[in-house]
Amino acid sequence: MAEEKIDSTEYWKANLRLITGCLIVWAFVSYGCAILFRPLLSGIPIGGTDLGFWFAQQGSILTFIALIFFYAWKMNRLDKKFGLGE
Amino acid sequence: MSQFAINVLFVGASFALYIGIAIWAKAGSTKDFYVAGGGVHPITNGMAIGADWMSAASFISMAGLIAAGGYANSTFLMGWTGGYVLLAMLLAPYLRKFGKFTVPEFIGDRFYSKQARMVAVICLIVASVTYVIGQMAGAGVAFSRFLEVDATTGLIIAAVVIFCYSVLGGMKGITYTQVAQYIVLIIAYTIPAVFISLELTDNPLPPLGLFSEHSESGMPLLAKLNEVVTALGFNEYTADVDNKLNMVLFTLSLMIGTAGLPHVIIRFFTVPKVADARWSAGWALVFIGLLYLTAPAVASMARLNIATTVYPDMAGQVENVEDATTNPILYEERPGWIRTWEETGLIQYEDKNDDGRIQLYNDTEAFAPTAEARGWEGNELSVNNDILVLANPEIANLPGWVIGLIAAGGLAAALSTAAGLLLAISSAISHDLIKGAINPRITEKGELLAARISMSVAIVVATYLGANPPGFAAQVVALAFGIAAASLFPALMMGIFSKRVNNHGAIAGMLSGLAFTLVYIFVYKGWLFIPGTNNLADTPENWVLGISPLSIGAVGAIINFAVAFGVSKATAEPPQEIQDLVESVRYPKGAGTASGH
Repeated sequence: MAEEKIDSTEYWKANLRLITGCLIVWAFVSYGCAILFRPLLSGIPIGGTDLGFWFAQQGSILTFIALIFFYAWKMNRLDKKFGLGE
Repeated sequence: MSQFAINVLFVGASFALYIGIAIWAKAGSTKDFYVAGGGVHPITNGMAIGADWMSAASFISMAGLIAAGGYANSTFLMGWTGGYVLLAMLLAPYLRKFGKFTVPEFIGDRFYSKQARMVAVICLIVASVTYVIGQMAGAGVAFSRFLEVDATTGLIIAAVVIFCYSVLGGMKGITYTQVAQYIVLIIAYTIPAVFISLELTDNPLPPLGLFSEHSESGMPLLAKLNEVVTALGFNEYTADVDNKLNMVLFTLSLMIGTAGLPHVIIRFFTVPKVADARWSAGWALVFIGLLYLTAPAVASMARLNIATTVYPDMAGQVENVEDATTNPILYEERPGWIRTWEETGLIQYEDKNDDGRIQLYNDTEAFAPTAEARGWEGNELSVNNDILVLANPEIANLPGWVIGLIAAGGLAAALSTAAGLLLAISSAISHDLIKGAINPRITEKGELLAARISMSVAIVVATYLGANPPGFAAQVVALAFGIAAASLFPALMMGIFSKRVNNHGAIAGMLSGLAFTLVYIFVYKGWLFIPGTNNLADTPENWVLGISPLSIGAVGAIINFAVAFGVSKATAEPPQEIQDLVESVRYPKGAGTASGH
């Protein structure tokens, strides 16, 4: 019982670390690259406009999709590792 | 075959399919009715979420909004997709593990409080009713445009179809019709986009075409678009915005609002396992992304197409802007699609300078000297943003069956979202209100009957409000997303990620987030949206720190979090069994299927 308690605490901490990492990327591409840092990225041309515009209309959506699948895949491995899966 | 006959055929065939599915997927228990029996495959659920989420607004209006606003309106693209990242990581898996039927039920159990559950029921109903009116009205418009019936008759036909599959099948019927509706709407959206992309850029994939060369001028498409719109006095399409704080908060409000909308959350209760909830969020965003990556391409291409239709000399390489804008087309020689849409009143023409030609430009003070020098006396063509997607097949000269497909697609988008919202409303009434508060000892059979009756009543009310939209119906973005962002999302998230937040904290947090958000919206948009009762004009100069009422949900959410933590700290911590409950939702093991007990 005591051992299981430690395991599940570790599991939750690992989950929180993973979520934090993913949400940093989530915020970086949308609020960062697409909005706040757009002027900094204006020197990088892409299809007649700049990288910030690409992130706003395409790049962030593609990143979001990749992030969710990455999270789901990592969590499945974590579920197995801690024996907490179904 | 006439266009009308083709439209009737496409819409009729799609409706027959939905009703066929309804008969096949009849609900036999409350579990079938609320969570489709709990055995939906994650990819199937992803598709159903796609249709559930993509409304008449996404299908019909979003491309027009982006076309009009350019870069500034990218907020809708990021906001309405970024919320799925939050759902996948912060809410969906844990709420699935909790394993009950409704969103208010989790709030009531986790915060051991009937009041908290009732606050959640009210938030859910206000947000969902606002949302569903827009869908019903959208279905009415689509009917009147494509099937030549008046909007009210169209609305009633739509209501009867929804009635067939949602009252009979509940979530089970809705799930499988949503899958069919997703397929109809995505085909209808992408086919015309592919042809327009081929015509303008020779690239068959619209998202790639957006960043490719414009074939007629040899310039990049977006550079060409910038050149054309600035020649007509508009801002550059890709121009940056000054008010970044507002743009960030608006995007954030849309994201957390998306994650907090109950009709989306309950779809995650239908999968067998916690891991499936995570996968279905990913698949949902793939299916949503197909439309959301196509929409910005449709937006810029349609805007360029309309401008170069009016000014054919602007289409190729332009040596001198003044020469290229002197010869807009003659009104008598306008293309067929302008004629068709003039009949609906969504395109209007007035020859202000009596030259028989069409002048389309941005009629502002700053541009007035240029316009005067060109002999223009005002913008003569007004084009409603909503026609972009609907008129696409005609603009690209596509055959009649594509128009029929667009009609069926627009209706699929409106009906699928309406059904999801109506289920969220009716389950809150039958499960949270009737079983949870009024008559806890109601039998399984009695509850199923109550669910069906609530669904029927909800459909009748939504149909009535769709035909006679009240003032708040137009405020979906402010009201539905504001409430979901400021009240439901923070309460759900704290319920999972904090063991310390207690009943008093949660209730105080939800109420203060909600009150703050509503007051800020009402001050600018009128109290209860009654025209003329606003205290300040809804213009950027009046907004506090430049934050628009549409962006305020994110601030309301922050207030909700702060108040909830503050009040919880000052009061007793939750009892041990509640802390154990929080512990149990965090680990997938032993999820079992969703249950009402």
